[in-house]
Amino acid sequence: MRMAVSTNRILKVMESSQIQLLADWVKALRGTATARSSSLISDPELQAQCQELITLLSTALRNARLDAIDDPAWEPTREYLAGLSRSRGRQGFSPTETAMFVLSLKEPLFAHLRRAFAGDNEVQLLLDVWELGKLLDMLALYTTEVHQQAREEVIRRQTEEMLELSTPVIRLWDGILAMPLIGTLDSSRTQVVMESLLEQIVATRSPIAILDITGVPTVDTLTAQHLLKTVAATRLMGAECIISGIRPQIAQTIVHLGVELGDVITKASLADAFRLALKKLGHNPAQA
Amino acid sequence: MERIPILRMGDTLLVTVQVDMHDQLAVRLLDDLTEMITKARARGVLIDISALDMVDSFIGRMIGDVAATSRILDATTVVCGIQPAVAITLVELGMSLAGVRTALDVEKGMELLRAAAQD
Amino acid sequence: MPQPRTDSEGGALRIEIAEGQDVVQVRQRAREKAQAAGFTLTEVTKIVTAASELARNTLEHGGGGWAEVGVVATGVRRGVRMVFHDEGPGIADVDQALRDGFTTGGGLGLGLGGSRRLLSELTIDSVPGRGTTIVAVRWK
Repeated sequence: MRMAVSTNRILKVMESSQIQLLADWVKALRGTATARSSSLISDPELQAQCQELITLLSTALRNARLDAIDDPAWEPTREYLAGLSRSRGRQGFSPTETAMFVLSLKEPLFAHLRRAFAGDNEVQLLLDVWELGKLLDMLALYTTEVHQQAREEVIRRQTEEMLELSTPVIRLWDGILAMPLIGTLDSSRTQVVMESLLEQIVATRSPIAILDITGVPTVDTLTAQHLLKTVAATRLMGAECIISGIRPQIAQTIVHLGVELGDVITKASLADAFRLALKKLGHNPAQA
Repeated sequence: MERIPILRMGDTLLVTVQVDMHDQLAVRLLDDLTEMITKARARGVLIDISALDMVDSFIGRMIGDVAATSRILDATTVVCGIQPAVAITLVELGMSLAGVRTALDVEKGMELLRAAAQD
Repeated sequence: MPQPRTDSEGGALRIEIAEGQDVVQVRQRAREKAQAAGFTLTEVTKIVTAASELARNTLEHGGGGWAEVGVVATGVRRGVRMVFHDEGPGIADVDQALRDGFTTGGGLGLGLGGSRRLLSELTIDSVPGRGTTIVAVRWK
């Protein structure tokens, strides 16, 4: 019951003194802003954003509880803040600066509340301020969360792009592909390696693929198993996979780990593997 | 009754699997193929599964059974066109299809069957 | 806030599993959902294959039941969640059932163990004589 009253009082203030509130807020924002962030966003743009958020807040307050921003009635507000947070993130604002946009509404809004209800019921006023503070805190935290998510998405996309860049498939000869691997082979990278090698086998109809691991510093049990899986998948598709460039220490590790390479063909160097591949395809390496 | 058609080309049987097979259909294909190998005195069986976007352990086992059965009946089975994603999944699943010959496509599969017939 | 929630398209629809054709249905639903969740082709294939294994398990060992396949999201993580339920004889030894090569039917015994390798999470809740519920998730 008290909650509803509190919401009504806040709404009344927001609606009755909207223009003044907006002006005060923009002023407060410009006051806290650094020179750098001021240059990133124009005055009319900032004013429009403030206006929009005040409108959205009033609408949401009319239809939903103050303390439940997960409620569907808060969806438009959340959506607006999410978009704002993303665009500010792109513009180069820090998460703090974006959160401050929401938090800076506190001061002018509290001032207006105080002016409207001072001397009326101090306890009620305190409650209003408390509830409103909690709401704005939650909304500010939400912008931070969105900011974080956007960052994570960027990182994930870049990781994927990097993985693709680091796994070139080279056509050595008609029917012979080679994939020189450089760097550490972890689970997700091996997955990408495996997929692009197999796809290239289909695309070029190559019966032989050479996986060269000269540039792979160490091989652990998991990596060795991944390599074996690649060889097995290649075979299932009707092609053959030769592993080349196994360095002496890695050969020792593989034996120590007890990984059974089975009938996998291994060659010391890419050149040896290439020679074998040519021979398998019926070419004479001496002439080729 | 729903059936996967088996084509006969000389002493080779050609099967192109294009539907998402339910188990009974796979079993029926195995039965039909076994019968056809004997009836047509086939020396080679070529199963093209390039259109299959999934092979689970049941279909995998069916393929293995076709290969083993045909071997007893003195015919060679070649499976061709396994898609990369399907191959990776089969390996992860633990199915290596040992004893099954594979080829990249129908053309290469036919070459393999011809070579096997000369042995 | 990071409560798992099902997708907006009315959550997971239930598919009855009573015959072989229903397993195909489950596969198709799994493919749809996995594609909707944005998985790559290889990942979609893994999810569909696991769905096929688990649905067949429900049919063969559970004597039929139902499956639900839906998209789940927690924070930025998205995934596909599949539930398989039967009221069959149940699994006496879950650890043993997950081991490769263990089979009570005529299969290769790769169903449960293989599915676990294809997915991120696989939990089996089984009471002998009462039935089995398997919850499987693959995260991106």
